[in-house]
Amino acid sequence: MTQYILRRLLYSLPLLMGVNILTFVLFFVINSPDDMARMQLGQKHVTEQSIANWKQQHGYDVPLLWNNQALGEEQITHTIFYQKSVGLFLFRFGVSDSGRNIGADIKERALPSLAVALPTLLVGLFVNICFALLMVLFRNSYLEQAGIVLCVVMMSISSLFYIIGGQFFIGKVLRLVPISGYDDGFSAIKFMILPVLIGVFSGIGSGVRWYRTLFLEEVEKDYVRTARAKGLTETQTLFRHVLPNAMIPILTGVVVVLPLLFMGSLIMESFFSIPGLGSYTIDAINSQDFAIVRAMVFLGSVLYVIGLLLTDISYTLVDPRVRLS
Amino acid sequence: MNNPILMVEHLSITFNQQQKVVDDISFTLYAGETFALVGESGSGKSLTALSVLRLLPNNARLEAETINLQGDDLLNQSEFDLCKIRGRRIGFIFQDPMSSLNPVMTIGSQIEEVINLHFDLSKAAIKQRVLELLQQVELPEPEQRIKAYPHQLSGGQRQRVMIAMALAGKPDLLIADEPTTSLDVTIQAQILALLKNIQKQTGMALWLISHDLALVSTLADRVAVMQQGKIVETGITAEFFDQPKHPYTRKLLNALPSMQSCLTHSKPENPPLLQVNDFYCYYPIRKGLFKRVVDFVRAVDGVSFNLQQGKTLALVGESGCGKTTLGKSLLNLIPGSSGSVVINGIELNNLTGEALRQQRANIQIVFQDPFSSMNPRMLVGDIIAEGISALHPKISQTERKARVRQLLQQVDLPEDSALRYPHEFSGGQRQRICIARALAVEPKLIVCDEPTSALDVSVQAQIIQLLKTLQQEKGVSYLFITHDLAVVAEIADDVAVMYQGKIIEQGSVAEVLTQPKHAYTQKLLAAVPVMKVDG
Amino acid sequence: MVVLWTDALIYLLLVVMLGLGLYLRGKEHIKRPLQKICRSKIGMVSLVVLLFFVLIGLLDSIHFKPADDKKNEIISVLDDWATPLREHGEKTYSSPFATTLYSKEMMLQADGSMQWGYPRLEFGGKHLEDTETQKIPDILQKTAYGFFQGIALTSLLMLIIVSMLRRGNVVQVAPAAGEGSSTKAVWLTLFIIIPVATILIHLSTHYHVFGTDKVGEDVFYQAVKSIRTGLVIGTLTTLIMLPMAIIFGILAGFFQGWVDDIIQYVYTTLNSIPGVLLIAASILMVQVYMANHEAAFTSVIVRSDMRLLFLCMILGVTSWTGLCRLLRAETLKLREMEYVQAATALGVKKTTILMRHILPNVMHIVLISVVLDFSSLVLAEAVLSYINIGVDPTSYSWGNMINGARLEMAREPVVWWSLSASFVFMFALVLAANLFADVVQDAFDPRRSGNE
Repeated sequence: MTQYILRRLLYSLPLLMGVNILTFVLFFVINSPDDMARMQLGQKHVTEQSIANWKQQHGYDVPLLWNNQALGEEQITHTIFYQKSVGLFLFRFGVSDSGRNIGADIKERALPSLAVALPTLLVGLFVNICFALLMVLFRNSYLEQAGIVLCVVMMSISSLFYIIGGQFFIGKVLRLVPISGYDDGFSAIKFMILPVLIGVFSGIGSGVRWYRTLFLEEVEKDYVRTARAKGLTETQTLFRHVLPNAMIPILTGVVVVLPLLFMGSLIMESFFSIPGLGSYTIDAINSQDFAIVRAMVFLGSVLYVIGLLLTDISYTLVDPRVRLS
Repeated sequence: MNNPILMVEHLSITFNQQQKVVDDISFTLYAGETFALVGESGSGKSLTALSVLRLLPNNARLEAETINLQGDDLLNQSEFDLCKIRGRRIGFIFQDPMSSLNPVMTIGSQIEEVINLHFDLSKAAIKQRVLELLQQVELPEPEQRIKAYPHQLSGGQRQRVMIAMALAGKPDLLIADEPTTSLDVTIQAQILALLKNIQKQTGMALWLISHDLALVSTLADRVAVMQQGKIVETGITAEFFDQPKHPYTRKLLNALPSMQSCLTHSKPENPPLLQVNDFYCYYPIRKGLFKRVVDFVRAVDGVSFNLQQGKTLALVGESGCGKTTLGKSLLNLIPGSSGSVVINGIELNNLTGEALRQQRANIQIVFQDPFSSMNPRMLVGDIIAEGISALHPKISQTERKARVRQLLQQVDLPEDSALRYPHEFSGGQRQRICIARALAVEPKLIVCDEPTSALDVSVQAQIIQLLKTLQQEKGVSYLFITHDLAVVAEIADDVAVMYQGKIIEQGSVAEVLTQPKHAYTQKLLAAVPVMKVDG
Repeated sequence: MVVLWTDALIYLLLVVMLGLGLYLRGKEHIKRPLQKICRSKIGMVSLVVLLFFVLIGLLDSIHFKPADDKKNEIISVLDDWATPLREHGEKTYSSPFATTLYSKEMMLQADGSMQWGYPRLEFGGKHLEDTETQKIPDILQKTAYGFFQGIALTSLLMLIIVSMLRRGNVVQVAPAAGEGSSTKAVWLTLFIIIPVATILIHLSTHYHVFGTDKVGEDVFYQAVKSIRTGLVIGTLTTLIMLPMAIIFGILAGFFQGWVDDIIQYVYTTLNSIPGVLLIAASILMVQVYMANHEAAFTSVIVRSDMRLLFLCMILGVTSWTGLCRLLRAETLKLREMEYVQAATALGVKKTTILMRHILPNVMHIVLISVVLDFSSLVLAEAVLSYINIGVDPTSYSWGNMINGARLEMAREPVVWWSLSASFVFMFALVLAANLFADVVQDAFDPRRSGNE
């Protein structure tokens, strides 16, 4: 087990390296720092001097990969690649283009993101499983037919409309909860209700459909017939035999995304002005702050790699058939 | 006769409102007896058993006049009341114990579940009862096994657990649906002995559903034969096998391969065609941080044998003994083999790439499963012609078509088969197509990897006859891989018995089957169910 | 005629689909699922709706420079057809079927005095003298006119097609479609869609059916123009990602060893970057590139077209990994199938085995994932445009419409029409696509064919 985890961790190094090189190429090779400077300073009337100033300010005034002018090891360390990309491996995110400390920002904003994303995930999981079980229990009836149609209809509505509609009716017309905003501590709850509710609601369509197919796949298996031959009722079979088996793919599917919850949801957070990492990213994209986007890309892949590892471990915990070797 | 325990009258099952799979059948089971329902695949026998407990799949519709269990009407019972009968008064054993057990529950808790449902017992008493049951089905070390998951047990042990589960409700009737089909012969014999033994202890009725007439003849008191949804003949076992009345029953009995037939044929000595010397096939086991190879699975572990021209060598063994691996690696379909394979004087095992491809015409293969051995998206004509165009590209298209027609004729298929797709054919017909495909490149040797074990008895006999005829006509040799000793007697000239990757005994058929030397061969032969009633 | 990059790719896609159709014609394994689709009422109805959208999209994909051009602009056939809509711009917001603006202004009265009130629209309901009494009867009358026009048109169409079928030269194509209730359902759909379309066309020349937006542009026109954007994103992305996914997936599964290792590494790496961020990063780079190479993009429409194409490419790069993994797993399974082993034993070459035995047997997965991806891509476009990393802000798309309108929800009275229009169009397209995908999956997925 420890060996397995060690091997997976070793394997994730080349992965993160790949991500790093990819972002480096994307941000520094396709467009030179000069291009970025020009973009940041506005297109017209940019002098060479102001570009050089901007580059120096943000630390882009060194060569990309190899510094001829420096001596010794500085030939490598005094480069954009070393300073901007390698540092990410040690979680040194550096300073954003607008001069803020990215690492501190991330620390501060991860919690609000999690505060919205985690309840959304958990409540969503619960609601989706309940509806899916209900549909499987009443399979081959008109109730199931209606459920499937409703799922497809709900899937066909853009999440933007769920948010806009939810804000409009619950926040504005009914005035039940504040439309948007965030607060520290327990008073955050009243701000979280609406995003969580909408998040859960917009996921019902695809979630229920997906879980339903998982359940149906299990229902058709031979051991379910055995259970019924034992004298279990339909509901007992469903809860004692089908559910535990179907929970294996469901749970492991959830574990993959668990670490990514820290990243928050981009549109949710921007619509509800929650000061999380999602809205942080959006602000960075809109203000074209490349340093932040770069940091978030790396952070995202680190979390994804952790998620993959957790998935493998969780398989051994919930499925007796799986042994890591 | 005893008093009837289960009475079924005028039972019909329809699929999707059109396909009638069981057509108006009636039968009665008596207390304490063993009743066997025999039929080939698709005859509706398993569905009949399921319908008694109303466990049919959703798209099947059940019609019957009466289904009566000891005076209780099962047909009109509510689902709730039926749950009290399932598992309590009728126990059920299914065919494949691996898929029929819940993979994520321990076997102990699966048996407990039944007791919990039907009896009001304390926790300790339930635990005690589970242990008793596991002892009754002779599961070794029941105290430890109680916490095991199904995948940690062997096939035979899993079937024992299934039986324990069926017995847990102390049923008056035990339905066993092909209880031994997925097991090896030696284990099959053990399970049958166990069933017999338990029946004697408890005095319950046993309803056996099987396709295997030999097995039925050793176990059942009464037999009913089903054909295409109808019961065509019922009788007491002894009379039934002595004087079968219905033509279908006679056909079934005649199709049974008999062990005696090996004594009748013998062929003159021929020069060897295939010489296999010191042949190995190892799979690496990788472990540790960098997946180093730490050990090997010795699938084939130093095998040597010769096969003469125009003869058949049967390779016999139970599942997992490495016989299929051997067959496939002879054709270089599996990597990791070493040793010498000489066919027609050419060493095959060190050839690669184009040189190997050129030699492929010498040796061909027919697989076990006729459903996965043909590309479903290709026409039968193209399937047969594939080898010709790959190995003999110079042959013109018209000539190729003529060859295909000729081959279809040789395997007794209509000429228009060439323009149809594999799914339009039955299992036996598909196996004929596969044989035609192998013959197309005019090989000297065909490896037949269990070509008949997926087929019904009557079809099996036809395919064996076809293989024999083709051997006479073309002088092709067969390496016949099988687990079925009866088939071996029917077709082979020589036999090699494989056990754990090694050949432990080889010789002529008559020698090996009548005077087996190795203890394992003797055990194998003893386990084969032989027709009890024999003139 | 001017051929934009996306236009060219759409034509290419059409050619590919036609070629594929001709190649697969009469193949048994294709025919059976197709007949199953033809027999499905939902499948055929959603197909008709989809085809209707595709038709509009195609009309919008033939671009040219008008002869009497003064502004050096490129327009499409659809634009040309909808010239009145395109040019009927108002000053600012107006609600559907309104005759006056949304906001009050100082107006110059006929007698020269100034008055604070709602000014009349320049085009919407211009022909009416007394708006209050004449408007509703006028709308009803025009609706009726459009309705009968539509019914007549559909009947004519029906007459032509039925007589063609009677003559018997097309019967072979549609024997399954010719029977049962699905034909009736198809005609019923046509009898609804075409009259609705004619009514809208007829009304929109005199009114703003879905109102106007902030700068006074007709919302109906915007919504119709957005169809092409949605379709392009949904189809071209798959066109771009398919070759990658198929080639890499099959190679990885078939050859294993180091080929497999490399391909797996590549797609795990790509997969590990959160999709939105990768898209955002790429789009930002495209923006920088475009800003610095302004000379290369001669007109607004060329520029937004390039950006659309880039978006498709980026979406393609981020989305091929899923299909690739599926195909790899399936190929792993297939290469162990006995017919592949039999082909090896028969001396068939590896490339031939790939083309003859592997590729045709994974195509159903490709097809299913293409139809399933379509709707999610259309939905993704809206979200991406909302975060400003979608299509160019100047081009028409539902995402841009939502983005522009969402802030106006706070106004009193609410400006709801832009949102509703984009909602209705998007919902119709995505719902049809989802329903169709369901039917296709049912028909082609071998695992599902059993439980009918």
